[in-house]
Amino acid sequence: MLAKRIIPCLDVRHGKVVKGVNFEGVKDVGDPVACASEYNRQGADEIVFYDIVASHEGRGTFLDVVRETAKQVFVPLTVGGGISSVADMRETLRAGADKISINSSAVKNPQLISEGAEIFGSQCIVVGIDAKRDGKGGYTVYANGGRIDMKVDLLKWVEEVEQRGAGEICLNSIDTDGVRGGFDLEMLKAVCARVNIPVIASGGAGKLSDFATVFQETDATAALAASLFHFGELTIPQVKADCRSKGIAMR
Amino acid sequence: MIAVIDYGAGNLFSVCNALRYLNIAHCVTKDAAEIDRADAVILPGVGAFPAAMASLEGTGLVGTIRENAARKPLLGICLGMQMLFERSDENGECKGLGLIPGEVHLIPSKRVIIPHMGWNELVIKQESPLLSGIEMPLYTYFVHSYQAFCDDSNIIAYCDYDGKVPALVTDGKYVFGAQFHPEKSGEKGLMMLRNFERTAI
Repeated sequence: MLAKRIIPCLDVRHGKVVKGVNFEGVKDVGDPVACASEYNRQGADEIVFYDIVASHEGRGTFLDVVRETAKQVFVPLTVGGGISSVADMRETLRAGADKISINSSAVKNPQLISEGAEIFGSQCIVVGIDAKRDGKGGYTVYANGGRIDMKVDLLKWVEEVEQRGAGEICLNSIDTDGVRGGFDLEMLKAVCARVNIPVIASGGAGKLSDFATVFQETDATAALAASLFHFGELTIPQVKADCRSKGIAMR
Repeated sequence: MIAVIDYGAGNLFSVCNALRYLNIAHCVTKDAAEIDRADAVILPGVGAFPAAMASLEGTGLVGTIRENAARKPLLGICLGMQMLFERSDENGECKGLGLIPGEVHLIPSKRVIIPHMGWNELVIKQESPLLSGIEMPLYTYFVHSYQAFCDDSNIIAYCDYDGKVPALVTDGKYVFGAQFHPEKSGEKGLMMLRNFERTAI
């Protein structure tokens, strides 16, 4: 049976993990390669690197991090942040990423999804989506880390994303992100009902049971979290043990 | 020395990263003489079947791969595994290498998400040197929309995705194929690559 995936996300700025990661045994808490290795050791099913600066000047340093990680960590590596062209995708894949995550650039230029899928294959195109309730019973898509309302309906957008050949959707709820009250089950259900590609739940994990709940209540195939894992509040083995005890398939 | 066939496959670098990490001597090549000299061959592959077959044919290595597969271990990975079969109907009918009897079609279930993406558990049907020393349960990383249809005698292991998906296949002699990515399947995936190297000694 296909296991549900637990995915830690590392935000990287100028070659360092933002805020650092609090792991026993990892001396340089800001070293992304060491942090990724530790997550790999803990049993992370995939690792996401996000370039939060995404400046042209910093790109080389960021890709060095990806390159170095790919030499030591043998689980799928997804890389996002600042990827806005096919050339950026190629460069990132060549550095060792298995998948590329595009978000704002895809909303602003949906053609990028089609081009990426055609050239590199759907399997490596993840479309990240930041969405928020519109107050009228629906959801709207935002760009630039949730700062710009794109006036795009979420459910129409996910259909387009699938139809253009994306291999996966990473759905982040702005309403639940950072609140730590659990994943946005309602939004996830609505999106999973619309598409037949894998959906990763993101934003809102605050306690152990939130992971099992998202897998029991929705068709999300993976759950992503960042700070919860970084600060050692929860470990990946704890999350997996809890899910397993509730009958959810875990690697 | 393992020859990794260079025909533009997307996972070539990941496979080489894993071999390098394991200190397994390898070369990335499209040179027939180098493949002839190698102890074993890896055929990587990501993307669509017809495009990959066309690229492989473009290297002029199809004959070389067939000859080598009759006398030394060959491992096809992901699309490289699918290419070992006789034909696929991905984006139209296309011939494969024909090293293992069988065909490649879309995953037939309408009840599952396509692509089949993530870690799935292998159900072992026969012993294989590739699985030597690997503890169960064994989950490996898959990402594909098409799957092989072949005789049970060619299946070392399958996984369940609302139906039987051949995961590790063989011709019973030198040819092996992994639908999953051993190079992305953590420690156990690395062990399989190590085991593959050992079959060549």
